[in-house]
Amino acid sequence: MLVGIVLNLCGPVHAQQKAPSASPGDTDKALEKYRDMLNADPFTNPALLWVDRGETLWKSPRGPNNVSLEGCDLGKGAGITRGAYAELPRYFADADRVMDLESRLLRCLEKVQGFDPKAVLRNKFSPQGAAGEQMSDLEALTAYVATQSNGAKLAPQLAHPREQQAYQLGEALFFRRMGPWDFACATCHGEPGKRIRLQELPYFGDRKQAQSVMGSWPAYRVSQESLRTMQHRLYDCFWQMRLPAVDYGSEVTVALTMYLAKQGEGATLQVPTVKR
Amino acid sequence: MNKAARIAVVLLLPGWVLAAGVSLAQGTGGAAPSAAIDQAIQSSWSEAPATWRPRMMQDETQRQCSQSRNAPPAAEATAISTREAAAIQYPADGRFIGDWRKGEALAQNGYGGRFTDKDASRPNGGNCYACHQIDAKEISFGTLGPPLTGYGKTRKFAAADAKRVYEKIYNPQAAQACSSMPRFGASRFLTIEQIKDLVALLMDPESPVNK
Repeated sequence: MLVGIVLNLCGPVHAQQKAPSASPGDTDKALEKYRDMLNADPFTNPALLWVDRGETLWKSPRGPNNVSLEGCDLGKGAGITRGAYAELPRYFADADRVMDLESRLLRCLEKVQGFDPKAVLRNKFSPQGAAGEQMSDLEALTAYVATQSNGAKLAPQLAHPREQQAYQLGEALFFRRMGPWDFACATCHGEPGKRIRLQELPYFGDRKQAQSVMGSWPAYRVSQESLRTMQHRLYDCFWQMRLPAVDYGSEVTVALTMYLAKQGEGATLQVPTVKR
Repeated sequence: MNKAARIAVVLLLPGWVLAAGVSLAQGTGGAAPSAAIDQAIQSSWSEAPATWRPRMMQDETQRQCSQSRNAPPAAEATAISTREAAAIQYPADGRFIGDWRKGEALAQNGYGGRFTDKDASRPNGGNCYACHQIDAKEISFGTLGPPLTGYGKTRKFAAADAKRVYEKIYNPQAAQACSSMPRFGASRFLTIEQIKDLVALLMDPESPVNK
């Protein structure tokens, strides 16, 4: 329906024998303009509902231990959210693994507040059109914490050997062709100027494009009717690549996030945005 | 380096190096060992059903293409295309051209193969418009593959080209080692009859592709 409205704004569309007057580039641009309008006025971005809920979840005493998440260390010290997202992924000694924001929050929900991680993961992705308590705690918290890095430059940590291993694993996975369609991430994201149907594809070999992507997640995804984070984006990619559901916060997803963050290093974070 | 030499170096660098700013493999100086990759994959798809686990394992072609970033050395490319050509099964009736109307429906249809596609009675689609322009009337087309509008007309509907199109869709890597295009027939994602219908979409004079 939305595409129909947009195409009407572009000019008449002839359904019969003649090619429509709107060119693919026009339609794509009109859709992008719609999203830009939502981005430009912060109060129209539905993602802010997740940010608000995330702030409540961070600050309220919750769970079996009845404490807030102010005891959660996101890499810059317990309770410090400002600038934390910009420095992820990074190695955490207490978990003995490299973690992105989502996997770190999952750990804090368990270790600080006493929640059962399996129960948390049952609602890892908000149902479409979710409101209030229906929202995924993980998505709401990720949205809130990410906004606390707005204006900061993306600077994933790569000093520790485990961080470097995560980067190397992510790079290998980016080029790994697998599944019934022989797709790698690089199949769609390894060349400039390509698109799937009318959706332009970012090319991760171009610093500016990588920065534009990595500085714009989390985002409200219109097609999902929900705020989504990089964890969901990767899960969604693997779904389209005809692979099974990848584990939330898994080593593969964190390694890919590390690789992509390095490609987009230096991006000025400004989230949440609006995406298709 | 003196000023003149620096200027010379900058002028001689290809534009894409200056523009891109970062390669896809800027690296930290090492490559992940394959045991580490396998282990990570095992632990990251911990809930995958047993019948799905093989999807993350690579066959020799996938392994070679991944390793060479889809630019295999000549001998390896020949080995790949020979191997993949041998995997092609041909229609029993020797005919390559099916029904273009069914072909168009298949080209538009992206169903199949995903872990949410659970209706076993519903056939897979080719999802061709995701990557290709085909019928000019369809403006929602991708650009990962070349445009195919007018394909049969351009080739004067030559019978040899119908066979080549069949082979290309069945196993693109027979003609081009490490092609990005899925091996639709070899993987059994599409049936022989479906592939013939797609051949018709491109090669039938009555197909809108050739109007």
